[in-house]
Amino acid sequence: MPTEGSQTAPAIELRGISKAFGPVQANKDISISVMPGTIHGIIGENGAGKSTLMSILYGFYKADKGEIFISGQKTEIPDSQAAIAAGIGMVFQHFKLVQNFTVLENIILGAEDGALLRPSLAKARETLTNLAKEYELNVDPDALIEEVGVGMQQRVEILKALYRQADILILDEPTGVLTPAEADQLFRILDRLRDEGKTIILITHKLREIMEITDTVSVMRRGEMTATVKTAETNPEELAELMVGRKVLLRVDKVPAQPGDKVLEVENLRFVDSAGVERLKGINLDVRAGEILGIAGVAGNGQSELLEVLGGYATATGTIRMNGEALDLTGTKSDGQSRRDSGIAHVPEDRQSEGLIMNFSAWENTVFGYHLDPQWQKGLLMDNAAIKAEAAEKMQRFDVRPPNPRLAAKNFSGGNQQKIVLAREIERNPDLLLVGQPTRGVDIGAIEFIHQQIVALRDAGKAILLVSVELEEILSLSDRVVVMFDGQIMGERIAAETNEKELGLLMAGVSGDAA
Amino acid sequence: MDLVQLIQVADSTLRLSTPLLLACLAGLFSERAGIFDIGLEGKMLAAAFFSAGIAALTGSVWIGLLAGIGASLVMSAIHGLASITFRGNQLISGVAINFLASGITVLVAQAWFRQGGRTPSLEGPERFGSINLPFAEALSGVPLIGPIYSEILSGHTLLVYVALLLVPASWWVLYRTRFGLRLRAVGEAPEAVDTAGVSVIGLRFAAVAICGVLCGLAGAYLATGQQAGFVKEMTAGRGFIALAALIFAKWRPWYALGACLLFGLLQAVAIQFQNIDIGGFIIPVQFMDALPYILTVVILAGFVGKAIPPRAGGEPYVKER
Repeated sequence: MPTEGSQTAPAIELRGISKAFGPVQANKDISISVMPGTIHGIIGENGAGKSTLMSILYGFYKADKGEIFISGQKTEIPDSQAAIAAGIGMVFQHFKLVQNFTVLENIILGAEDGALLRPSLAKARETLTNLAKEYELNVDPDALIEEVGVGMQQRVEILKALYRQADILILDEPTGVLTPAEADQLFRILDRLRDEGKTIILITHKLREIMEITDTVSVMRRGEMTATVKTAETNPEELAELMVGRKVLLRVDKVPAQPGDKVLEVENLRFVDSAGVERLKGINLDVRAGEILGIAGVAGNGQSELLEVLGGYATATGTIRMNGEALDLTGTKSDGQSRRDSGIAHVPEDRQSEGLIMNFSAWENTVFGYHLDPQWQKGLLMDNAAIKAEAAEKMQRFDVRPPNPRLAAKNFSGGNQQKIVLAREIERNPDLLLVGQPTRGVDIGAIEFIHQQIVALRDAGKAILLVSVELEEILSLSDRVVVMFDGQIMGERIAAETNEKELGLLMAGVSGDAA
Repeated sequence: MDLVQLIQVADSTLRLSTPLLLACLAGLFSERAGIFDIGLEGKMLAAAFFSAGIAALTGSVWIGLLAGIGASLVMSAIHGLASITFRGNQLISGVAINFLASGITVLVAQAWFRQGGRTPSLEGPERFGSINLPFAEALSGVPLIGPIYSEILSGHTLLVYVALLLVPASWWVLYRTRFGLRLRAVGEAPEAVDTAGVSVIGLRFAAVAICGVLCGLAGAYLATGQQAGFVKEMTAGRGFIALAALIFAKWRPWYALGACLLFGLLQAVAIQFQNIDIGGFIIPVQFMDALPYILTVVILAGFVGKAIPPRAGGEPYVKER
């Protein structure tokens, strides 16, 4: 009798998958094999080819070369229908749900039992109840998708795959939109699915998740599979090095802060949005010269609004003092220009819609907002030659790749776009730098560089207000941390003396001070 | 206004609403699937000409009807090819169809009939006759119900009843069948349909084809039911009014019935009450004729409230990785 271990075929095996888009080799001779009942992580930087590989597996793209084996059987996957038939389910990073349909309607879409809806819905409701019990995937079948949170939307996506009897579940960056608590819940569900014998492929760029939940991990770099290792036999530093191809500092290297005078003082700041909802409910904080104040919180708890008010494109009530002088919070003196004049630079959260004009070239973007400065004027015209020369220099200093000022902003990768914005704002030598989500969608190599620039500005004696939903980033970069919840500040901590757990509780609205 | 006038207005409201309703439902299927269609007008016009023209040539309104639907389907196919297969701009494709129909109908009409771009007057079996509903005679004496049934509801052509029946039918298809679920989904989130393993392109072509058939009915009704023959530009903006009604109806079948009846009523009033005399001042007939169009603008500008179009409407679907 053969032993079971040696006989089991891999749940999924790829052999020599290659895919090119024009001259770009997105996947080069990729081979992996994942055993049933395990969680396999695929980690790599943006553009490393992870998504392309998964799209091939789900029938979105056809590989130029290579073979796919499902449970030992060679399988052709020309379209999503074939992938579903082969037992593959995919949970995309951006959910593929119909917003104004109910949970139940979304689950049966494409997997109905007959031409009429009523019997399909009834059957799905029953199946759903069983699945929910089996895997602790609680959803409200009659809720509209647009009315439920992202956590439940993700559970709906998982249920969609299970409803189609998927044995292999691919999750693409599943925790990007989740709170730490929701992410923990997701991991519990994945654990449960693994115990039930499902095979899970987890695509992520977060090393912590890989270490926490996977059994084996493959690293991709520039379209190639650079390594496949057992998770228990590796460590984050090694994985990061495999991803980037060189040693990476995962920790931000910085000396203790030497805070100076108060640069920014905010008192009782209130902001009501266009729908009449009070988004900021009396914010008090200050930022000193030479320190980084981190603002932690789950997205949507007022951090964005705070940045907008400070940046000058939302009106508010209360007091904001910059170097001791009160700023106008309404009227014509409350705009981005006057904020810049008072020494505030702003790296907005959404660099693509607020930080850059995507169709404009890099050199134009490097002066945007400061283009009225006398140094760029030549009579009635702008001194484009000087701007271009300066842009080329800035791009060199900030390691923007490719260093071509004439390229449109949209043609740079996320990390390089962010470097262009940072270059523009930091080079102005502001007293206060507002930074929103500085490393969202940015490669690990570029994250390191961006963090170094922010710390360097701090060490030059400037005040920095950092908003990020990444707790790791907040903890490693900030000197002090305040946590926002529901438009209020839940508490303040010294970054070196707190941890993710404590901040996580504050982020969920549990006041640590009261307890 | 006396009872006779009231009945006349109601009667012609129904007649005038029918082409709007058919076109509105046509647009509903197309736009619910995410394909905006401002070419309703052109499809109706093409269908009007070809139904009347073929009916005149063959002597059969039924062959004419098929020809009208065929012509409208050809237009739909062009729109589908441009906006689904080649991912073109749906508005531009729609405008092109309107121009194409406007030119081709007159051109072919002149070539075939040499009557200055019109068809000969249709007679007898060349057009749809009116149908008297059962018991219309018997009930006509009953107060209230009698006139409503026998004067207003009875005595219309077949296509009027078809249009009315299409309202519940459309509702049922959209909300009670698998096809309807997928159709609504493809107009909201085509990527969800695609990843569920259902063809976005197939669904959208199906929707555009349904739109073609319904526009064909609308055009055939105009030329062979309501009128007796085709004249140049006889749709006179009805395709656009149907679009307005569709927005007013928030892309829902029953609301579409209400909206089209309202627009039909406006037209009926304009026909019934020309040169209204208000205390010595006579409202000019031109104003009454323009009233439906003016009110189209007013209603769309002010009374629609929040009409949320299908989320993926107007956007060609491009598979993202």
